[in-house]
Amino acid sequence: MAAVAPQRTAAREPTSTWRLGDRAALTACWACGLALCALAAAICVFMLVKGLQYLRPELLWTHPVSGADQAGSGGFLDPMIGTVVLTSLGTVLSLPLGVGVAVWVVEYGRPGWLARAVESAVEVIAGTPSIVLAIFGLLLFQQKVLGFLSFQAAGGAVFGRSFFAAGAMMSLIALPLVFASTREALQSVPQHVREASYALGKTRIATIRRVLLPAARPGIATGTALGMGRIAGDTAIVVILLGATLQLSPADGPPLVRDLKGTGSTLTSYVYNNSPAGEGNAAEKAYAAAFVLLGIVIALNLVIDRISRRGGALSWTR
Amino acid sequence: MDEMTVPPVRRIALDHEPTVVLPPVNGNGPAQAPAGLARRRPAEPIPVRDRMALNGLSVRYGDQVAVRGVSLNVRQGEVLALIGPSGCGKTTLLRTLNRLTELTPEARRDGRIVLDGEDVDGLDVTELRRRVTMVFQQPNPFPMSVFDNVAYALREQARKRPGRAALAAPVEQALRRAGLWEEVGEDLARPALRLSGGQQQRLCIARALAARPEVLLLDEPCSALDPLSTAVIEDLVVELRRDLAIVIVTHNLQQAARIADRVAFMYLGELIEEGAAAQVFGAPRVTRTRDYVRGAFG
Repeated sequence: MAAVAPQRTAAREPTSTWRLGDRAALTACWACGLALCALAAAICVFMLVKGLQYLRPELLWTHPVSGADQAGSGGFLDPMIGTVVLTSLGTVLSLPLGVGVAVWVVEYGRPGWLARAVESAVEVIAGTPSIVLAIFGLLLFQQKVLGFLSFQAAGGAVFGRSFFAAGAMMSLIALPLVFASTREALQSVPQHVREASYALGKTRIATIRRVLLPAARPGIATGTALGMGRIAGDTAIVVILLGATLQLSPADGPPLVRDLKGTGSTLTSYVYNNSPAGEGNAAEKAYAAAFVLLGIVIALNLVIDRISRRGGALSWTR
Repeated sequence: MDEMTVPPVRRIALDHEPTVVLPPVNGNGPAQAPAGLARRRPAEPIPVRDRMALNGLSVRYGDQVAVRGVSLNVRQGEVLALIGPSGCGKTTLLRTLNRLTELTPEARRDGRIVLDGEDVDGLDVTELRRRVTMVFQQPNPFPMSVFDNVAYALREQARKRPGRAALAAPVEQALRRAGLWEEVGEDLARPALRLSGGQQQRLCIARALAARPEVLLLDEPCSALDPLSTAVIEDLVVELRRDLAIVIVTHNLQQAARIADRVAFMYLGELIEEGAAAQVFGAPRVTRTRDYVRGAFG
């Protein structure tokens, strides 16, 4: 009797045997993915074309001035500096706060009700629209006690708008992102790694500093990158709390403090003002500035991606 | 005494063959041990000295009793293996020796543990854990370089931290004792998590040795490793018992037979039987021990 070679069945069921609804749903999912790629490509290509069309190098190093037509209104040096300063300030404020809160919640978190309250508080901040944060910030920083953080008129009236004020509110935008990714990173460190440190006679605080924070570094970097992107991209807080003045306008005091107490604008508010919807109505400059903003944010993401990958994607077996 | 019964090798039942190969009872010993289950044991005897003494030790997690009235001595010059089925309290007992169970809020301990004549409750917990260090089931090097991992225990938390130059010698020594120096000595700056699993576990042993402990606790150190890495670590453990007391928890009876001098069998939180490895495996006094080492349950 000749041996019959066993017939192998197909590893996967061919989709032609599927129900019509399932096939339609699969096609729809596939089309959604494709559409998303197309959308991302469209944004990049559109900004690239428009940006390169209108971006002249001198725009990058000339101060903006008020002018009747686009040829005479200068470049956007000040908004660029504003974006960098405000993003740095917001990050510097949110990073220790977010990491500190996450470390407390994950590593201590007692009493439990307080930890839950802290997490809810962060969620409330994350859910607050930035325009609401901006209005709240204006209320806060116009108080007399906080007058030293912004321009103060001779009569004692507090302007309430400055890099300090805007940076403080911007840090609240980045805070939930830094907090969430740090918490995730700490939670993904297996318990036996902590115990290994305790078992060598290390205290809890030494374990956090020497083992857990280095382990959470990629997570912290990711959260920071996301937070920086959000700060660089926010407009509401800039318009309301930074004054959105055309040029950087320092207040009084020693250098740096003087600048941070003063007002200014960022690329987002510049784009808004120069878009057809804004007072400036210089659409060409808006496109050029939007292109630069996109470039800054993407570059920022690449840098932080590099930092977080240093040491490679290493992890423990659980 | 070298003539000892090795634990049986379990087989899958085929055509009504017995599922367990039963060695003869009463310690008369089989004619010869199966090949490959030889003891990793140098011939000359090693002086033995008491390091730790456990007296009436019980551990509860809430209402659950994990360890019940265990009294046991841990000696330098011997490898003590804790064996028993899952959930019998071996790991809890091990973790109690360096007060690691105290990290679990609901854990309660009764009984005395004495380390070199001192009650461990009277010792500063960080000092105790430097004297009684531990290696875990999963290799868990810290996310830093090989050098920093080994130097970790040596770097004090106080202001005066020893410099890199001062640490180089003890780090090298610890890596040599763990048999890792030949493999990593060239590049100590390499991230520890890039090493292979077996190397990572030996690094964890080196890290635990760097503190110059008196007792080394091993919690199933080979369960995540391949046979070759396991063999290297077993040789290492047998060698290390000259300088310090070693307690190893293992699920693997053959491993206990290969490396242990003394074996303690635990069941449902109680210490059922403790004695020389040859006696526990060859002529167990208690029926339950005999059933376990023969593979009747567990």
